[in-house]
Amino acid sequence: MTDTAVPVTTKKDWTSDQEVRWCPGCGDYSILTAVQMLMPELGVRREDTVFVSGIGCSSRFPYYMNTYGMHSIHGRAPAIATGLAVTRPDLHVWVITGDGDALSIGGNHLLHALRRNVDLTILLFNNQIYGLTKGQYSPTSEPGKITKSTPFGSLDHPYNPISLALGAEATFVARTHDMDRKHMMETFRRAHAHRGASLVEVYQNCNVFNDGAFEQITARDARPHMLIPLRHGEPIRFGPDAERGVVVDEGGARVVEVADVGVEALAVHDEHREDPSLAFTLSRLATGPYTPTPIGVFRDVERVDYGSQVNDQLVAAAAEKGPADLAELLSSGSTWTVG
Amino acid sequence: MADIVTREQPGHPELPHQVVDRVVVRFAGDSGDGMQLTGDRFTTSSALVGNDLSTLPDFPAEIRAPAGTLAGVSAFQVHISDHDILTPGDRPDVLVAMNPAALRANIADLDPGSTIIVNTDAFEERNLAKAGYAANPLDDGSLKGFRVYEVPMTSITMEAVKPSGTKPRDAERSKNFFALGLISFMYTRPVEPTLEWITRRFARTPMVAEANTLAFKAGWNFGETAELFDSVYEVHPAHLEAGTYTNISGNTAVAWGLVAAGQLAKLPLFLGSYPITPASDILHELSKHKNFGVRTMQAEDEIAGIGAALGAAYGGALGVTTTSGPGIALKSETMGLAVSLELPLLVLDIQRGGPSTGLPTKTEQADLLQAMFGRHGESPIPIVAPATPGDCFFVAIEAARIALKYRTPVLILSDGYLANGAEPWRVPDVTQLPDIRVDFATEPNHTRPDGEGDFWPYLRDEETLARPWAVPGTPGLEHRIGGLEKADGSGAVSYAPANHDRMVRLRAAKVAGIARDIPPLEVDDPGGDGEVLVLGWGSTYGAIAAGARRARVRGHRVATAHLRHLNPFPPNLGEVLHRYPRVLVPEMNLGQLVKLVRAEFLVDARPFSKVSGQPFRAGEIERAILDLLGALPPSTDAAGVTTKDDIA
Repeated sequence: MTDTAVPVTTKKDWTSDQEVRWCPGCGDYSILTAVQMLMPELGVRREDTVFVSGIGCSSRFPYYMNTYGMHSIHGRAPAIATGLAVTRPDLHVWVITGDGDALSIGGNHLLHALRRNVDLTILLFNNQIYGLTKGQYSPTSEPGKITKSTPFGSLDHPYNPISLALGAEATFVARTHDMDRKHMMETFRRAHAHRGASLVEVYQNCNVFNDGAFEQITARDARPHMLIPLRHGEPIRFGPDAERGVVVDEGGARVVEVADVGVEALAVHDEHREDPSLAFTLSRLATGPYTPTPIGVFRDVERVDYGSQVNDQLVAAAAEKGPADLAELLSSGSTWTVG
Repeated sequence: MADIVTREQPGHPELPHQVVDRVVVRFAGDSGDGMQLTGDRFTTSSALVGNDLSTLPDFPAEIRAPAGTLAGVSAFQVHISDHDILTPGDRPDVLVAMNPAALRANIADLDPGSTIIVNTDAFEERNLAKAGYAANPLDDGSLKGFRVYEVPMTSITMEAVKPSGTKPRDAERSKNFFALGLISFMYTRPVEPTLEWITRRFARTPMVAEANTLAFKAGWNFGETAELFDSVYEVHPAHLEAGTYTNISGNTAVAWGLVAAGQLAKLPLFLGSYPITPASDILHELSKHKNFGVRTMQAEDEIAGIGAALGAAYGGALGVTTTSGPGIALKSETMGLAVSLELPLLVLDIQRGGPSTGLPTKTEQADLLQAMFGRHGESPIPIVAPATPGDCFFVAIEAARIALKYRTPVLILSDGYLANGAEPWRVPDVTQLPDIRVDFATEPNHTRPDGEGDFWPYLRDEETLARPWAVPGTPGLEHRIGGLEKADGSGAVSYAPANHDRMVRLRAAKVAGIARDIPPLEVDDPGGDGEVLVLGWGSTYGAIAAGARRARVRGHRVATAHLRHLNPFPPNLGEVLHRYPRVLVPEMNLGQLVKLVRAEFLVDARPFSKVSGQPFRAGEIERAILDLLGALPPSTDAAGVTTKDDIA
């Protein structure tokens, strides 16, 4: 807003005076810490930063950030944030949401924010459960899940949030997890830097209602075997000695032993590929958080954001029609004079 | 009502001119016949003559309902006069029927002696059967008592447009312009504005422009040469207040009012809206005015429309969402959030027949109680309702004034009748419009125990009880708001019982306090001794005023008052109600305002209801007044009224 340099801040400056009220041990704490630690590094002002959330455990997030913020209603954060981002392109607008908030009640708004490419940084905390309502299955819960509302097992086929976002042609799509602060900060940094809609799925542990949902892939000793880091321009490899890799062919994406196929056969990751279908194929590699799962940036392409286009139209209209003249508008139809 | 003068005028050399003070014309045809366009053009040329006028478009919800059927009939009624009129007229003096269905659907509204002009080409066996006629009404004597003019409009049109090179299938479509030409001749309307309009409107398809021009001229010439009529008619200009006038519909007026409100408030206007009949034209109109800094967003659904508007309001814009009744139901959760956030927001409900999809293209006033109470929790929202199409402009500004000053969502209750109806509107002097600017918070408003300045988002203005509006981007005022209950003052989340009780009462008191800031209710009571007060709101203004005039002509002492502010009510409403021995409340619902005034003021107000999707006629209001006064035996229903509408 001003010409002066952005003041140097620390994590403390970005931390509000509100007591954090998530359950002890919740994965949300580490995500909050990652964001609060990242903010001083982004070169932005507190007053120009807004966190908008919906409803659910994750949506309490804005209360804990010493910025502008709105804790809105269930599922509607992307819509509310769209109105704000379009009218105030000078702001950095973040959306904090969860798997129920973003994918169930608010599924429609998420899709449209992504396809319009509204300049929003959306962090989707996916814990595969409804926490605030005390433990019903969510749209990302695995089939057969026993919960309070599914005592005989869930019958719902789950969403894959990355596939969903890529299907909506989101211009930035990434995945990270709550056990790796460095990876979270790096992923959030890139999401924030992207102009347009960025969606980051954060695998987040709910230690009360769905403890250990991601343990098979995010436990420290499991990570080298189960997380497939996506790095732009590099062959997709993982394993303690990078001995495994990913091949993409007509049958889709599959995990191979590098020794069997040779490095040349491995898929080379291309974040900037216009066609989202290869990224989509990668998003189908894991059917759940218990087989090797890609993390990092699936897609990062340039497309002019919605708000910029809206505001360009205002400028163009003013240039074409001249400055606003209310009296002229009111007489713009057929008129006649009496007296 | 009429005197005959004979006078020479170009284009009408032969026929005597009969001067009439008013006429009601209804154009009726298939929904694909272009009746709305025809009526609209006749209206515009009458406006340019300087007549007062009022219109009633009436069309089916289907874009192309089955051709030839009663369900597919589309009509446009226009009332033109040389004096101040209030309604589109109870009964047409002239019906133009383009096919048998149009005749059958409208004949019941005609008084004996009225004029019917029919397109005889359409009166063939198949169309007669589709309309449900066993015999051709043109032959069976059933139209005895009407003045019927039989004109083969389709065949003459097809012959007339041949020089344009139009294919026969397309040529037939110009027959509405033939009808317009014929009626324009009959009522001595100016020709040039319509011809110029045709050229402009169809500039991209010169062949169509040519065909329509030829058809229009053929209609005019037919009137002149066919010796159908004994005379032509003139309606002299009305004595309107001096000024520049334009013909305006309610939806255009409300859109312009919103543009004006943004300019007067010096705030960017943001509209989030999802298309819905009959509100969509506001979105269409506002989307044209981007040079006023107006941003319009066609949202993915009703909820996103209001959500985006509320997000824009949080950022310091004048946020608006437009819809009709079903959309209000979808937006009600977000309206609750807006009540809790205490941010300015305009919500426009262009009411239509309900419940559910109901009658999308017909009018009704049945959303009043939804507007008052249709939310969860105690969530009061101010409500303003326009009385006429032109009034929609001023109501938009008034609603914005209240929203901005009191940091509250405000509902505007218009309806389909106002939205699509039109009237001459005196263009206001923009320098006389109110200043509705507001100040954003820029400084801390509270001191912490350590002496540091702090910002409390819910520290209220003592007079208005409005909270400060601090927009993102303002250094030092960072704060969080949300739908959870907030502590009085600091705005921090609070579940404390006493605090919630206080906040609920504060929000109610803030809205109730607006009563101190709105004009008292004006009563029209010529003698000051009315036997009955007729209390109305919204689009029934014209019919109530006209109905009351008629009852007064019969010697009754009738007072009227019309509510523009429905929440809160004007401060003197109770006193006004108690001043009269009888109170009649006509509404296009089953009695919603009447419930509110009975509950609030303990008066024995009586409802008068109509829910047919059609606006009240002046005659119906007159009859209801007479019934209440015991002046006539009670009528069984509104449709039984036979009073001739001398005053409208």
